[in-house]
Amino acid sequence: MNGKPKKDISIFDRMERLLEKEESFALVTVVKGPPVGKKMIVFPDEKSGDGFEGSLGNRSLDRVVSRDARGELAAGRSGVRNYGESGEAREETIQVFVESFIKPPQLLIVGAVDFTAALVKIGKVLGFRVIVCDAREVFATTQRFPLADEVIVEWPNKVIEELGQTLGPRDAVCILTHDAKFDVPAVVSALTTEVGYIGVMGSRKTHEDRTNRLNEVGVTVKEIERLRSPIGLDIGSRTPEETAISIVAEIIALRTGRSSTSLSETHGPIHD
Amino acid sequence: MKEIVKDIRRWQKQEKKIAVARVIDLDGSGPRLPGAAMAVTEEGEVSGSVSGGCVEGAVVLEALEVIKNNTRHIVSFGYSDEEAFSVGLTCGGTVHLFIEPLDW
Repeated sequence: MNGKPKKDISIFDRMERLLEKEESFALVTVVKGPPVGKKMIVFPDEKSGDGFEGSLGNRSLDRVVSRDARGELAAGRSGVRNYGESGEAREETIQVFVESFIKPPQLLIVGAVDFTAALVKIGKVLGFRVIVCDAREVFATTQRFPLADEVIVEWPNKVIEELGQTLGPRDAVCILTHDAKFDVPAVVSALTTEVGYIGVMGSRKTHEDRTNRLNEVGVTVKEIERLRSPIGLDIGSRTPEETAISIVAEIIALRTGRSSTSLSETHGPIHD
Repeated sequence: MKEIVKDIRRWQKQEKKIAVARVIDLDGSGPRLPGAAMAVTEEGEVSGSVSGGCVEGAVVLEALEVIKNNTRHIVSFGYSDEEAFSVGLTCGGTVHLFIEPLDW
């Protein structure tokens, strides 16, 4: 692209297409200084030409800002940065706003059970890309989970192994099968990934049985500590919907490192 | 931005003039993070939000000016002093917005 937009495609058109495809990119806008309003779209890598489209009106500025924007994008941050007219640091002639659009986090739900449909729904509300998998084709159907982005009929451990590389700290795996035949191999596979949250459903008794079985197959105590089992926060949920809320609340609290008690009982800033 | 694209497309088909306001920075506490966006048409139709409802009314007025004068600039809203009925965030923070016509 060499920094030039494709003919007849506006930055807004380009942005809409990238959003539709759920690709990662940064939209850079000059918000102060002579080129106010000028924009460019910056990609995570430099595979195609300069790795950006559009221009802020100065090649040197484009180069510096696109490099910095790529850093912000990698960190998933959005914010303002200041430059001189040709991209000089420690000058404030030009202020740009870098807005990072990153791929949505993934929520992999293992087990096509009653609780799954509710978790799919809440997961979509929170902006997750939701994948449901179950080895039983009668249960794992798109009719049962119309909101899921993907429904896969396959042994869960195989699905996790395939997704493995793509699972990172922002993603979550929820194992709802509470059947040792499925959940032990699924837990073992999930533990080999970098996924941020692994929740496993079951009663206290199921949890104990499962812990023993996991020990038997060589899962260490430290690995077991990584699991959220029994799954969810203790808010007294009973229905599938209430349980889904308790699970996603736990996912959020783990990500933010907050205490998950009522704000009325804590002090300090609400947002970090 | 993503959630307002559909409304923007519909308004564009109706050939309405549109301004977009985006949160670009926050000082202190604020309900919406940088990137929160709101679109306003020349007729005052609104999509999206940039705060918890504290400053949206004032943003609409600013956006209408932006459409009328074809300008773009940063607008900041600080703490709202209830007695003075000024516009601002009740949570004590300051929000900085960039408002511009959708001509890109």
